[in-house]
Amino acid sequence: MASLWEYANPVKFMKVSRWLTPVTALLAAATVGVGLIWGFFFTPDDFRQGSTVKIMFLHVPAALMAINAWAMMLVTSLIWLIRRHHVSALAAKAAGPIGATMTLIALFTGAIWGQPMWGTWWVWDPRLTSFLILFLFYLGYIALWSAIEDPDTAADLTSVLCLVGSVFAVLSRYAAIFWNQGLHQGASLSLAPGTRMDWAYKAPLYISMTGFGLLFLALVLAGTRTEIRNRRIKALMIRERANA
Amino acid sequence: MMPDLGAYATEVALAYILSLATLTLMILWIWIRSRRVKRDLADLKTRMNRKSHG
Repeated sequence: MASLWEYANPVKFMKVSRWLTPVTALLAAATVGVGLIWGFFFTPDDFRQGSTVKIMFLHVPAALMAINAWAMMLVTSLIWLIRRHHVSALAAKAAGPIGATMTLIALFTGAIWGQPMWGTWWVWDPRLTSFLILFLFYLGYIALWSAIEDPDTAADLTSVLCLVGSVFAVLSRYAAIFWNQGLHQGASLSLAPGTRMDWAYKAPLYISMTGFGLLFLALVLAGTRTEIRNRRIKALMIRERANA
Repeated sequence: MMPDLGAYATEVALAYILSLATLTLMILWIWIRSRRVKRDLADLKTRMNRKSHG
């Protein structure tokens, strides 16, 4: 059986991701499409929240991916720090802007949903605040990659930033449990016994969550391919200058 | 076909329009950058090949 570490080889990664990226993108388009169309057009209004419940099919998958993108960046950053595989550092770099976009979507859909339900666009609630801090960490992460010329030094420093930011990623996920206060509700999806949500909502929500996960994967693969090519350009330019 | 969104039509429509626009912008940015970098790499390789053979 092929070792996972084989894919840390840029040539091998480019070969596999060449067909995996379009396949994942097509699956993502189909599942996001089905999840959102089902959620928007074919779900009933909630007895208390009315039609605003339809915002859930965007807000929950985006929030989930905001946290999971940082978790993926943490794993790939650790691989870089421990094993010095360039592909893992470049995958973390590619995931940064995608995670930031997901966090932004989670923040503004939350505000739009919160305004009619809570009577305010924003409160300094534990979960909302930790998400805002996570968004700022994403911006800092992207800025740090851009600010440092040497790619290995940039990968080292952004990996350390990723480790620190992971505290806020965990807080974003569990804030509503850690501090049992604030306006944001606790988990609606849980493995614990008891029904928290009807399948009329749960089915399109699971499909949308899967779609956002596949979309993230497709975009990270595409972004990592671009970063590998970018690194190749830099290496060739150095060689060209040395030969001149 | 359009569902009756009742009193919250503006909020729901706004959330969907803004989210889909943001996702589209992100996908376009990744796609355009990918094409540009791919073209730059091909151009550079062609230039280097020409130099080494010329």
